[in-house]
Amino acid sequence: MIFIAAVFLPLLGSIIAGLFGRQIGDRGAQIVTCALLGVSAILAVFIFNDVALEGHNALVPVAAWIQSGNLDVAWSLRFDTLTAVMTVVVTWVSFMVHIYSVGYMSHDPSVPRFMSYLSLFTFAMLMLVSADNLVQLFFGWEGVGVASYLLIGFWYERPSACAAAIKAFLVNRVGDLGFALGIFGCYVLFGSVQMDTIFHDAPGKAAVILHLFGFDWNAITIICLLLFIGAMGKSAQLGLHTWLPDAMEGPTPVSALIHAATMVTAGVFMVARMSPLFELSDTALTVVTLVGAATAFFAATIGCVQNDIKRVIAYSTCSQLGYMFFAIGVSAYQAAIFHLFTHAFFKALLFLGAGSVIHAMSDEQDIRRMGGIWRHIKVTWILMWIGSLALAGIPFFAGYYSKDTILEAAWASGSDVGHLAYVMGVAAAFMTAFYSWRLLILVFHGRPRADDRVMAHVHESPAVMILPLLVLAAGAVAAGWAGEDLFVGEGRAEFWRAAIGVLPHHGAMENLHAIPEWVGLLPLGMALSGIALAYGLYVFAPGVPALLAGWFRPVYLFMLNKWYFDELYDWLFVRPAFRLGIGLWRGGDGALIDGVGPDGVAAATRFLARRVARAQSGYVYHYAFAMLLGVAAFVSWHVFNAG
Amino acid sequence: MQTSHHLLSIVTFLPLVGALFLLFIRGDDASVARNARNVALLTTTATFVVSLLVIFGFDPGTADFQFVESGSWLPGTTISYRMGVDGISVWFVLLSTFLTPLCILSSFGSVEKRVKEYMLAFLVLETMMVGMFCALDVILFYVFFEGVLIPMFLIIGVWGGARRVYAAYKFFLYTLAGSVLMLLALFAMYFEAHTTDIQTLMGHPFPESMQLWLWLAFFASFAVKVPMWPVHTWLPDAHVEAPTAGSVILAGVLLKMGAYGFLRFSLPMLPIASAWFTPMVYTLSVVAIVYTSLVALVQEDMKKLIAYSSVAHMGYVTSGIFSVTPQGVEGALFQMLSHGVVSGALFLCVGVVYDRMHTRDIGRYGGLSERMPRYALAFMIFTLASVGLPGTSGFVGEFLVLMGLFEVNGWVSLLAASGMVLGAAYMLYLYRRVIFGKLVHADLAEILDLSGREIAVFVPLIIVVIWMGVYPSTFLEPMHTSVATLIDNVHLAQAGRGGLLAAALR
Repeated sequence: MIFIAAVFLPLLGSIIAGLFGRQIGDRGAQIVTCALLGVSAILAVFIFNDVALEGHNALVPVAAWIQSGNLDVAWSLRFDTLTAVMTVVVTWVSFMVHIYSVGYMSHDPSVPRFMSYLSLFTFAMLMLVSADNLVQLFFGWEGVGVASYLLIGFWYERPSACAAAIKAFLVNRVGDLGFALGIFGCYVLFGSVQMDTIFHDAPGKAAVILHLFGFDWNAITIICLLLFIGAMGKSAQLGLHTWLPDAMEGPTPVSALIHAATMVTAGVFMVARMSPLFELSDTALTVVTLVGAATAFFAATIGCVQNDIKRVIAYSTCSQLGYMFFAIGVSAYQAAIFHLFTHAFFKALLFLGAGSVIHAMSDEQDIRRMGGIWRHIKVTWILMWIGSLALAGIPFFAGYYSKDTILEAAWASGSDVGHLAYVMGVAAAFMTAFYSWRLLILVFHGRPRADDRVMAHVHESPAVMILPLLVLAAGAVAAGWAGEDLFVGEGRAEFWRAAIGVLPHHGAMENLHAIPEWVGLLPLGMALSGIALAYGLYVFAPGVPALLAGWFRPVYLFMLNKWYFDELYDWLFVRPAFRLGIGLWRGGDGALIDGVGPDGVAAATRFLARRVARAQSGYVYHYAFAMLLGVAAFVSWHVFNAG
Repeated sequence: MQTSHHLLSIVTFLPLVGALFLLFIRGDDASVARNARNVALLTTTATFVVSLLVIFGFDPGTADFQFVESGSWLPGTTISYRMGVDGISVWFVLLSTFLTPLCILSSFGSVEKRVKEYMLAFLVLETMMVGMFCALDVILFYVFFEGVLIPMFLIIGVWGGARRVYAAYKFFLYTLAGSVLMLLALFAMYFEAHTTDIQTLMGHPFPESMQLWLWLAFFASFAVKVPMWPVHTWLPDAHVEAPTAGSVILAGVLLKMGAYGFLRFSLPMLPIASAWFTPMVYTLSVVAIVYTSLVALVQEDMKKLIAYSSVAHMGYVTSGIFSVTPQGVEGALFQMLSHGVVSGALFLCVGVVYDRMHTRDIGRYGGLSERMPRYALAFMIFTLASVGLPGTSGFVGEFLVLMGLFEVNGWVSLLAASGMVLGAAYMLYLYRRVIFGKLVHADLAEILDLSGREIAVFVPLIIVVIWMGVYPSTFLEPMHTSVATLIDNVHLAQAGRGGLLAAALR
């Protein structure tokens, strides 16, 4: 019962706030959604205790859903350790964001709508993480996609917000296409989309060949690759990442909840959930590693030069998701989920802190027009420092434990791609620290660069916004050392149990202790040098960044323009689609089909009719002549036939 | 369950009784209009209620036709009056009786001239539609199948927009051209099998060479009705010119007649030819999905956009049917029901703003969310259903069809699935341009939100859309046995004689 309540209470809140927002008013909508989600968050703690710590997995059937042929899909909730961890993360971060939104959105005219969307998102996310079959996972998957679409486009008067919302939905849909095909593949291979059946039967089908798209594939490999395309879309991996930075058009609490802490990690969750399947395909794992490592590196390079405070953090999210994926690729699923867990706290903290800064700076988002405000908003300043320390992986903050484990596991995997991922990850760690301190310095320190009117207005956020930040900060400080033993330490086997399946010969996690000492120290050294470089460039020699940008102008422009992915896709897909549409419409439908078809036939008929009509001249001799011709033809036909 | 009472006949001809009443309404214009509206609404609602008895009494455990009635019609021939429904047709009866009262209700504000005749046309139309889905005799089927054309032709031609006559003729000629070939095929079948009974014909083994020709003749008729690419160009014109309620029935029910024909005739009676032509159907379906989706993307007229989206959605249906897998066929059936409700609802959404502003030009709208929050919500729900969001009706059909296709052909599934992306593109782009953005056009500043009557039209549709998405078992359950039997028979016939055909064609 508590399982159903935990999942469905947010839906109830969403419906109440959405349909009766006008009746219950702004305050009513805030109270209803926050209260119901609060209950859900508390239940999540009980669930975590019961399922993860005491080891009672649960399967709660809810209702029948789709039944056709051998396909039988039901609504049901499946709780194991992985789900329990995700439930805690989702409900608590969402709860904090709900409360924060009460303050942040207080001046907005559509508060009930906003709260309703937030709760709807939470419900969909909970359905996603508690799915016991792939189709229900897909339901949650698309559900969070729609909620994200609605929230990015929340300020629908802005054309840029609408465009970003559609872009997010469409890019995700491309991924979902792969996901759906992966589900079909599972059905063809296993005759079921039920996770338990798939995991149980998978080892026996490791060598099955599937003929698809004209090639013979190892069935499990192609299924995993298709599923991974879905994960790439949702988790903004290289190639399908373009929607995430644009998604920052949404209100900042949305960025914190959906585009940092929860939804974007759904891809990581899904691949971890399907670990018994991915384990069977080394090809798929290699692809996951490479894509993850490439994303971690590529996004970090862009993060170093962006000027919008939210975009810097967005690329940072993209990069951190890359870490999680290459952890999965080397079979360190536990480390990936551990990083997901800690990342949720410190990244939500950074975003909400950024929101607090934006709030204080009268909606300014460009860090070049900030600076020197730490004195005025000290709490936010400290919280942002905590978040950045955690993100950069400085010892004893949360990110240190999880990111280090990932990098060490990548090395410990012993494979070439694992080592490559380690190198790229360490490079990204350097850049992470650099752009984090670049942001801190430009926003809080130095000379104020905003005008006097803005500076006069700088103020600390109200308590309702600060309190959630404190809770998240506590997580950003403590989640690492508190969780290390359970997630990736000695207690991990008993903690995860069957929620994650790793084959014995994938020993990244086992070999963690057998790696050279420098492997563990290098990331920290790189992080510290990144911070030092940021200080050097932005405090001691503030003229240098501009000089560097000038000297390496092509490189700088390439990074500033986000490697020109948007331009490329626009040129490759968007514009051709519209051009093709017009061509097919005017040329295909208009000129060709209608022209030759109905209109052509009609024109030909009219033409013939006019010709025939001209023959009806009314002159007797015309008719007589025609008759004569007819008789002549008739007679000659007879003569020839007879002869 | 072979009942002897006349439930199906009652459902079929009840609207005609109402039409008869309409004929006797006299008085001044206003009172005639009022009475005509009320009589029509009452009749169609009663018909819907009676039709519920059909589904309540339906036994999902058998593939046989149920509620079968039979009576002599043309003495001296085998042609008789035979009615009955199975798991394939029963929901279409319900779909027709469900949509018609909503159409009548939605026309209360928008149709002002010749109200009596308008209502008359709709009542006759309902009889024809229901009769077509119930008919168990090919000639009876043909009469209803063609009979549908006449009231629809009038509805477009009399109550339509500016180019209504062009559209009506295009509609009529296209569909008639196909139908003539079908009539010839029906004759040929009669001379071969000496019966016009659909049940008997389903069991009759037609020779292979004959199957190919019969199949093509049927295809000509059904493909136009679906409509499949490239014989779809009548649809956008017909929709654009038709009055709102006409569009709803056109998209909601009439488009289903072709696909229903594939399931009732082509597949069970001509299984060998169906297998032979499957690649062609796949090709045309995939082209329809991609091509019309792209065309929909660039439309400036709301109705045209939704009309093109209908062609794309029906591409799923035709490809699903010919996958001959349980998921494919049931998915196609479900997609038809879903599309009937969703596209009907979308046309009603267009009608709402058309009634207020008298334009369907997308560029003339924008920012409606400001003034019309209820409308924005309803429109959003149907948009998402059209996009195939899980939890709405659109998902189940699309998903099952794609799954069925994947089982038999990965490429077709992949290409058809591209509609998932393209469909989202044109629908969300439409929604953005109409509902989102700033309210810049001055004449929209005073536009009113949904009225009570309009809400009464939309609420049942929303309930059905969600119901079908969350608990589709209600709708899938009655299909299972009939579909499974159909597929078994087709596979049996194909396995038994496919080799011969291959030999004959070599």
